Amino acid sequence: MIEARDLSKRYGDKLAVDHLSFTVQPGTVTGFLGPNGAGKSTTMRLLLGLDRPDTGSATIDGRHYRDLAEPLRVVGALLEARAVHSGRSAYNNLLVLAQTQGLPRKRVDEVIELVGLTSVAKKRVKGFSLGMGQRLGIAAALLGNPEVLILDEPVNGLDPEAILWMRNLLKRLAAEGRTVFVSSHLMNEMAVTADHLIVIGRGKLMADCTTEEFIERSSEKSVLVKSPDVARLAELITADGGVIAQADGDEVTVRNLLAPRIGHLAASAGIELHELAPQAASLEEAFMELTRGSAEYEGSIGGAAAPSSAPASSTEGSAA
Amino acid sequence: MTTATAVPPAVTDAPPAGVKTARLLRSEWTKLVTVRSTLWSLILLVIITPGLSALFTWANDHNWSQANASDRANIVADPTSLILGTGFLFGQLTICVLGVLVMAGEYSTGSIRSSLLAVPKRTPMLAAKCAIFAAVVFVFGELVAFPSFFIGAKILHNHAPVSLGDSGVLRAVIGGGLYLAVLGLFALAIGALVRHTAGAITGVIAFVLVLAPLAQLLPGSLGKHVHAYLPSEAGHLIAQAHQSDTDLLSPWQGFGVFCLWTAVLLGLAAWLLNRRDA
Repeated sequence: MIEARDLSKRYGDKLAVDHLSFTVQPGTVTGFLGPNGAGKSTTMRLLLGLDRPDTGSATIDGRHYRDLAEPLRVVGALLEARAVHSGRSAYNNLLVLAQTQGLPRKRVDEVIELVGLTSVAKKRVKGFSLGMGQRLGIAAALLGNPEVLILDEPVNGLDPEAILWMRNLLKRLAAEGRTVFVSSHLMNEMAVTADHLIVIGRGKLMADCTTEEFIERSSEKSVLVKSPDVARLAELITADGGVIAQADGDEVTVRNLLAPRIGHLAASAGIELHELAPQAASLEEAFMELTRGSAEYEGSIGGAAAPSSAPASSTEGSAA
Repeated sequence: MTTATAVPPAVTDAPPAGVKTARLLRSEWTKLVTVRSTLWSLILLVIITPGLSALFTWANDHNWSQANASDRANIVADPTSLILGTGFLFGQLTICVLGVLVMAGEYSTGSIRSSLLAVPKRTPMLAAKCAIFAAVVFVFGELVAFPSFFIGAKILHNHAPVSLGDSGVLRAVIGGGLYLAVLGLFALAIGALVRHTAGAITGVIAFVLVLAPLAQLLPGSLGKHVHAYLPSEAGHLIAQAHQSDTDLLSPWQGFGVFCLWTAVLLGLAAWLLNRRDA
């Protein structure tokens, strides 16, 4: 179990993590979601004792990372930036880590095979693609067979086949009872991988719930209605408290009124219905809804969501 | 399940200190011998030091009749300094560079993060790195000091005969390796403090080659004292067989001053390593 209590971290005049508290339970994949610059990587670095928090503390199974005697056997981590020596081979990079924990060479071969790098194990990391680098990072995380995994953007740079492989690996690790904490800025990826979500924006906790609850809670539901007599039906819907969010020919999208009620209104007025479809919001939409205005960078094009007060000075680099 | 076969379950009790130390030393040894910069630096050391020692000694021997009397007298008084001097002056630069790379290379590649995840208390990692690096440089230092001396002594034997048994000579030759080992740690400490390869190499070279002539420009005894206590100036006295009249420090005093500089910088490096975000 991972526990963060009142974590804060300031870089210069930027508050990267702002009094963040959460716990991550074993046996499920927990997604750590937030727009770029929200403080995900910083939070993970605080959990791993790489950076010192300004307030609060982070523990893993009740202990600070720094106090773990053989940390790689307890926690496996994949960091956002590459954390290996580019002049050393993949095998030797892992061997160096294995030796600090008293792990046998056989284990190095094993994790290299697990991530599919056997054919390039003796090659220097310098020539590795982004995807190969990510696989090596995963191998390093799994080296000590840890109960807790903290992975920062593990699908970054992977091709679709490798993304599927990673997704299944994460689920399998969680099914084995491990604590799996995975960050991403890709909402749809988390929708299919994570059972539980911790969402942050500008270093603050915005949601901590199951993935289902998150979608349910964060977005208004709407109903798509199609009818040859849509104008008359729209009047009835509005009179009943519904909101026409969008109208397009014989189609309208209705908010604030549920499908059975709309069906009832149509039936009692004798209006023919061609379609009556409740629309589930995607995780992407739910996420946009929730973190609206908290993104570090927002495009100015189609920028209805971009508040003019968004600071332009801070950079992701300062948070990394 | 392929994720876990060869690994015994995680232990909650800390392994004995001896076991931990052995693991860290083994890991730092692997780090040192699995990068090419180590190989190239040590090959250069082995070529440059005896090579330049032989060349410079031969040049002096060859021009013996043209040299003035006081120069000849200096060489006869302490042939060891002539033999080891030039070779080590240039050979030491390979150790300066390698010492910086051993530590700053971890920062430039990002491998420092993996290293600190594996050893989150940090200081033991630095200590193990120092121990392995100093030991390797000491061995290679002796591997170049003895051949350099024997080649030089053979070249000089007609004009200024010298042997290992002469007073101070054995200490000076062994001192060549000791000097390089401490110089390696000095460079490693600068690498740990600066954390950027190019900047740290510049800093070490400045200490070793630039500050000494600058200090001599300072007026009077101030310049003389500053010069004498500079790390490499004080340190290399250990590789001279005789203390000359102008030296303020004895060989072992000088070496002590050098060790003190290095210890202070390493202490500062360890303190900052623990304080700074990685």
